[in-house]
Amino acid sequence: MDLNFTSDLVGFWNLFVVVIVAVSVIGCAVFLWMQSSAKFKPGEVTGHVWDETLEEYSNPLPNWWRWMFYLTVIFAIVYLVLYPGLGNNRGLFGWTMRGQYDEEMKAAEAKYGPKFNKYLQMDVMAVAADPEAREMGQRLFVTYCAQCHGSDAGGGPGFPNLKDNDWLWGGTPDKIKETFTNGRMGVMTPKGTKPDMDAEQIKDVVAYVRSLSGLSHDAVRAQRGAELYPQACAACHGPDAKGNPEAGYPNLTDKIWLYGSREDTMIETVTKGRTNQMPAFGEFLGPAKVHLLTAYVWGLGGGVKPAPAAPAQAEPAPAAEAAPAAAPAGEAAPAEKK
Amino acid sequence: MALTHEKIETSNTLMIVLLTIVVSIGGLLEIVPLFFQKSTTTPINELVKPYDPLRLAGRDIYIREGCYNCHSQMVRPFRAETERYGHYSVAGEYVYDHPFQWGSKRTGPDLARVGGRYSDQWHRIHLLNPRDVVPESNMPAYYWLDRPLKDPYISAKMSALRKVGVPYTDQEIAEAPKALEGKTELEAVIAYLQGLGLALKQTR
Repeated sequence: MDLNFTSDLVGFWNLFVVVIVAVSVIGCAVFLWMQSSAKFKPGEVTGHVWDETLEEYSNPLPNWWRWMFYLTVIFAIVYLVLYPGLGNNRGLFGWTMRGQYDEEMKAAEAKYGPKFNKYLQMDVMAVAADPEAREMGQRLFVTYCAQCHGSDAGGGPGFPNLKDNDWLWGGTPDKIKETFTNGRMGVMTPKGTKPDMDAEQIKDVVAYVRSLSGLSHDAVRAQRGAELYPQACAACHGPDAKGNPEAGYPNLTDKIWLYGSREDTMIETVTKGRTNQMPAFGEFLGPAKVHLLTAYVWGLGGGVKPAPAAPAQAEPAPAAEAAPAAAPAGEAAPAEKK
Repeated sequence: MALTHEKIETSNTLMIVLLTIVVSIGGLLEIVPLFFQKSTTTPINELVKPYDPLRLAGRDIYIREGCYNCHSQMVRPFRAETERYGHYSVAGEYVYDHPFQWGSKRTGPDLARVGGRYSDQWHRIHLLNPRDVVPESNMPAYYWLDRPLKDPYISAKMSALRKVGVPYTDQEIAEAPKALEGKTELEAVIAYLQGLGLALKQTR
């Protein structure tokens, strides 16, 4: 999409600007000349008298002052020859604001581009192990991500913690990159797939869900909730309640709660549902920055190694120290939440 | 020459005429031609649309709360700004802003391209108490915004805007009050913010 942000002054308005600018500049010069050529007689007074005897000489401008005004006229003419200003005249330098911006961007690209590209060619896990790349990723993170996930990536209620090994949408490099690029939209429908649940039944289901991760709960309610669960929740969260990171359905059996583990919060979640969005950053940031950010987030501690299915994959980079909590291969697939 | 300072200073009429001419030169040159320049009078692309009633109401709350005192809406063409906010702002994005909210001071970040940058939920939490999502923030909490939106003049505002060139239809104006029914001020502000700067969001 090539957009034209500026447009020329058309016809009359071009002439309008040219004439007023020219008349102003020439007018100043003429006025100065008039002042200097006016006849002043030494000792002549203006005729104003204050305080009985105080009079004012009618003197010309001091020469140094007059010449400074002439200099401004000369400056204006030189400027209008070199830079845009006289209507649509581009000026000899051909300067434009947009051109200056493009130059700045080009210079930055020449300086930083190779660095970004170097990492873009590398595997995410290798990038995550590179101290310089991590530093770059950290800077990018505090600029673009910290507003929601916190400057330490620890998240908050409704905004996932990126440091643990729990991923809502999967913690492999590819999945994290997908999340960055396209964003995510997590939707919990009110009352799950059993919209006719009343308040008591919701409390029962919540009690059952709480029992799954050892939170305090009413055992009787939990028992009743266990009967409701398959119909109300299992379609998304699975019969074993371990969720499904392919579709962003959270695991309900771990001890990690996006909105907190208070009972009333969970009742609210089931009653009213939740909509949570990660905005897409792919277009805005471009592939190189997304790559660095992916590596940074992956390396924060919770990154999951991709399944060893693809043999062409780069060797399991020395990411171990960067991601000590990376799930062992067997557990990589199921229990993820972000 | 006839125009000596004595002559000018002793004639009020002449002084007023000459002063008016001198003072208006800058405006005549820098402002008036813009009224007739394509890049300032036509939308930059089809994504620039008149504010719908909810966004318009949100915009008025934005003005009422003085958001412009700390937030500009103008990304300047410098790398430091476009890296952070996105594409620099252009005149054709503001054709339906009466008045525009460029602002002149940034205590908080620029908002010209804030649309889509955060989730609605983030805005909800952040407007009510910024510290809940950004602990370092020094933005005041606008906790009273979560109350019913009352804007009895919405249709009149849209009619007024139509007089200065915003192409609202009669039907849009007539249906405006209905669009605000059951909404909160918070929702209106969020709708307004989420629509900001989308026209060039995908342009690098």
